[in-house]
Amino acid sequence: MATIDNKNNFSKGTDLAVIILYFLMVTIGILCIFMVEYNPNTNWSSSLVTAKNNYSKQIYFALFCSLVGIFILLTDSKVFTAFANIFYAGGILLMLATFIIGKEINGSKSWIPIAGGFNLQAAELCKIFTALALAKFISKPETDFTKIKNHLIAGIMIALPAVLSVMQHEMGLALVYSAFIFAMYREGLPPVILIVLVSFAILVIATLLLPPGILAIILTAIAGLFILSMIKRFKKNKQTILVVIGIWAICFGTVRFAVPYIFNNVFECYQTTRIYSMVGKEYDCSKNIKSATKTGTAKVRKPDDYNVKQSKIAIGSGGFWGRGFLKGTQTRGKYVPEQHTDFIFTSLGEAFGFVGTFTFLGLYLFFLFRLVRIAERQRSTFSRVYAYSVIGIFFFHIAVNISMTIGLFPVVGIPLPLISYGGSSLLTFTVLVFILLRLDADRQMVIR
Amino acid sequence: MSVYNSNRGGVIQIIIGVIFILIVGQLISLQIISNKYKLAADNNAIYRKIIYPDRGIIYDRKKRALLENSISYDLVVIPNETKGVDTAMLCSILNIDKEEYKKRIIEAIIKNTRVKAGVFEPFLSPELFAQLNENLYRFPGFSLSERSIRSYPYNTAAHVLGYVAEVDVKFLKKNAAEGYEMGDYAGMTGLEKQYEPILMGQRGVKRFLRDNKGKIQGVYEKGEYDTSAVAGRNLFTSVDVEVQQLAEKVLQHKVGSVVALNPKTGGIIAMASSPGYNPNLLTGSQRRKTIGRLLMDTARPIYNRAIKGQYPPGSTFKPLGALIALDEGLITPSFGYNCFGLYTACGNARKCEHHNPGHAGNLQLALANSCNSYFLQVFRLAIDNPKYGNAKQGYLKWKEYMNGFGFGRKLGIDLPSENKANIPDTASYNRDFGGARYWNSCYMLTLGIGQDRMTATPLQLANSMAYIANEGFFYTPHFVDSIENENEEDKNLLAEFRKKQVVTKIPKAYFDAIKEGMHDVTVYGTAAFIKIPGIEYCAKTGTAQNPHGKNHSIFVCFAPKDNPTIAVAVIVENAGYGSVWAGPIGGLVMEKYLNDTLTAESQLKADNLSKVDLMPQGIKDWYIRHNRTELMTPIEYNNDELGDVWEMEVVSSEMTPKLIQADTVKKDSVKLDTSKKTKAPIPALPKKVGKETMLPNQEKKKKVLK
Repeated sequence: MATIDNKNNFSKGTDLAVIILYFLMVTIGILCIFMVEYNPNTNWSSSLVTAKNNYSKQIYFALFCSLVGIFILLTDSKVFTAFANIFYAGGILLMLATFIIGKEINGSKSWIPIAGGFNLQAAELCKIFTALALAKFISKPETDFTKIKNHLIAGIMIALPAVLSVMQHEMGLALVYSAFIFAMYREGLPPVILIVLVSFAILVIATLLLPPGILAIILTAIAGLFILSMIKRFKKNKQTILVVIGIWAICFGTVRFAVPYIFNNVFECYQTTRIYSMVGKEYDCSKNIKSATKTGTAKVRKPDDYNVKQSKIAIGSGGFWGRGFLKGTQTRGKYVPEQHTDFIFTSLGEAFGFVGTFTFLGLYLFFLFRLVRIAERQRSTFSRVYAYSVIGIFFFHIAVNISMTIGLFPVVGIPLPLISYGGSSLLTFTVLVFILLRLDADRQMVIR
Repeated sequence: MSVYNSNRGGVIQIIIGVIFILIVGQLISLQIISNKYKLAADNNAIYRKIIYPDRGIIYDRKKRALLENSISYDLVVIPNETKGVDTAMLCSILNIDKEEYKKRIIEAIIKNTRVKAGVFEPFLSPELFAQLNENLYRFPGFSLSERSIRSYPYNTAAHVLGYVAEVDVKFLKKNAAEGYEMGDYAGMTGLEKQYEPILMGQRGVKRFLRDNKGKIQGVYEKGEYDTSAVAGRNLFTSVDVEVQQLAEKVLQHKVGSVVALNPKTGGIIAMASSPGYNPNLLTGSQRRKTIGRLLMDTARPIYNRAIKGQYPPGSTFKPLGALIALDEGLITPSFGYNCFGLYTACGNARKCEHHNPGHAGNLQLALANSCNSYFLQVFRLAIDNPKYGNAKQGYLKWKEYMNGFGFGRKLGIDLPSENKANIPDTASYNRDFGGARYWNSCYMLTLGIGQDRMTATPLQLANSMAYIANEGFFYTPHFVDSIENENEEDKNLLAEFRKKQVVTKIPKAYFDAIKEGMHDVTVYGTAAFIKIPGIEYCAKTGTAQNPHGKNHSIFVCFAPKDNPTIAVAVIVENAGYGSVWAGPIGGLVMEKYLNDTLTAESQLKADNLSKVDLMPQGIKDWYIRHNRTELMTPIEYNNDELGDVWEMEVVSSEMTPKLIQADTVKKDSVKLDTSKKTKAPIPALPKKVGKETMLPNQEKKKKVLK
């Protein structure tokens, strides 16, 4: 790896551990894709040259990304602060342009064809630009991030590309934008918001799991107990009672109306089905408004939990030690759909078992903690906000992707960072990491 | 620098850590705790193909194959892949309707799931095979699968060989450890069942990787876990196929049985039971047509009378009765009894066929003349033996002898479901005569001449002849002499058959007296007119009274007189005198075995004998009542059925020599058939047997069917 050897020459202070981890991950990714594509009957060395297979394509992507990485390390870190807003505006324009010149791949019109048969996903790149723009906004001296007004501005900046992604039927990419909550929290977002969000998530899951009647009783009971236990304080301050009752009403409304409304009216049928299947329930698509308007066009397809079922079988069959490199029967038999992209984790789980997945998760954890350490040593707010954005995006991708392959989260089509096949995604993560490395190398110099 | 929020970095780390712990927890549950995913994965991706080894072949004593393996084809279907099948055409080829088609597909799914191949139509005839093979491209999901089936080039020994059939749920439960699967075939009766593990060999398993569309991707793990099939091992029996064929031939149109064995080894030379069936009728596509009819038949063609039929031995028991008394020292060969044609010592007079004085002057004479009085007296001496105090003890001793000779117990032949017949227990007499004190030798007097409650199977009778021929011992009768590549386990299995069973220590002189007496039977006694060219032999005829009608005709013998190599027992049910029907059959069997051929005269005799119809009237009435007169020709020589089988055999050119064999049989049967069709039912029908006497038989039959 030429970049590592040479890096001292052109970049002092670059974090070596992150660079090593980056290349380790990319290599693991290529090997995983190789496992998926491996066919004992074809000569893999010859297909390496012709770049017909995904793993060989991924190698070329990786080489290209290395060049991009070097290029980023060679640039001046002031560029990123200076052009952050312009990048952001350009990204949004690109996403808008996608609606016109975009190409439809796998049901989402979010790809822009570029030379050589390669396609670029604008929404992917927008993550970088959003991270930069958010860092720029928060780091401005006049921004007081304790104020709700600024929270809202930041929220809109994040929500804009997310909404555009939803409009391009890229639910997964849109969800990734929620990862910026890490950066915002670090910079002063009140923890109450986090707690409210978590409570809301619990409430949604409870709605799915429990019959509505029982849930309503539980909610009422909790509110009742709360009032009873604090009855003395309520006598002094009657407003608190109203607050508790208000919260109860909101919860009840969420359970009774909001969640069903979202499932039936906002989400597509397949999305609701995936969420339901995660908790082991079936969703009746006839309740779904969107599917009702589309009846007749429904295609015959494998049941929605097929992916997760096969994915769990592949990972579970790895056992403790795994079946060994290239020996996974589920991988060889192509039982897991989209295994080289979103379900790449399954090939690893099958081949190397719990030992492999545990070690792999350890690498990721080490990588994330390393990034946190880097973030905390920044003297400039811009760098720190950007770093936490990167952490958030990586963490969100890792957690959601792995969780969905092992049945902890509904299937959302987002790749596993640095591992999954795909040039756009690899490029995005490379740029994210290397901009951070560039900023980190200049941490002594306070940029704004 | 905003330092005031720096602890939030820690919070974020904690959040990340917690989520990772959740993920690891789920991974532990998936990968370590639960093993259902591993099973599901193997179920998904590993296709186990079972390789069936060739079943072992059973040879006769001259290494002629009594049965062989031949190829038949099944139409198999993978239900999941049947999209676009030209069902109309398939149905018209197979001559079924759409409903039947659907039904069979559903059956295949139930039996072998959607993705595994299941049998749609087994045992295709050559024409069907050709038609389907030509049009197979129209029927995606269907394929022709080879299967090995049994064929019987000599059309003989059906009862002995038994048949193989598809295993059923009951069988699978019983043999769960052996790894049989639905659709497998296993020996169900006869030697096929008895030696199933040896004949079957070891099935091999090949594991293939299969992809999500069910396509085979290649061998799993380079065949590391594959096991190769080990061919079933051959059995070498003591059967002589020509003797066997002769025995079956002469028993045609009769109900009865022939057992011939070699006293020197206990190896069975021939075992025939009539009515029988052609074993080829229970293989391949024939089976479905035949089995029900055979099971329904009131004459019970599947029933092996040689080991299951129970007959009073009648006079053929007399030599044994004498041996007991000799061994106990109650008589000597010179013991005589003054018989005037009646035995009156027990009150009711018992008739004897002879009344000239001195016809029972000594043992030899008494045997030759088959004097009833003499042997009744001898029996009473044994039971009332003063040595044992009372009749009960005396009887027990007598019974012990009988069991020793192989009566009233299973001999342990290598065939399943042997019957032990009956030597009554004292308990039954105690019950019927009101207690042990109230009966004596007179109460069961006719046991002395092989009647009363005593019954024996033809096998036991033949074995008793082997015992006398050997002068004091026998070998457990058996078919299998040796097993190909015999190992320790097989040796243990066969050890019982190679062990001398010594019963008494009677001096040779006593045996000589018995043998001389039995020889005299063939010189001037009841069997005097039955001769084997160039060979002296010993025999005893029997005419056993029985509750089913006319007397059973019984004949036991061994030959040559000195150094015997064959012992035979013949029973023809309800035929009359032993010397008239059973005797000549026994003579022919011995001649064929000892001289390896029959003289022209004997051949003619055999031919004539085979045409004689001695079927009890009750069975004929049943056939007429059930509109099955075609069954009055024993099934085994029914032309039309055999025609199909032969056509199947023509496929293989290797079979030419056997074809000749088959042809001769065919001609025989043609002759027979014409004779049967043109002439009125064979003359000299036995005296009319009342229907009521046959009824118990039919009732038994019905019970069997249930």
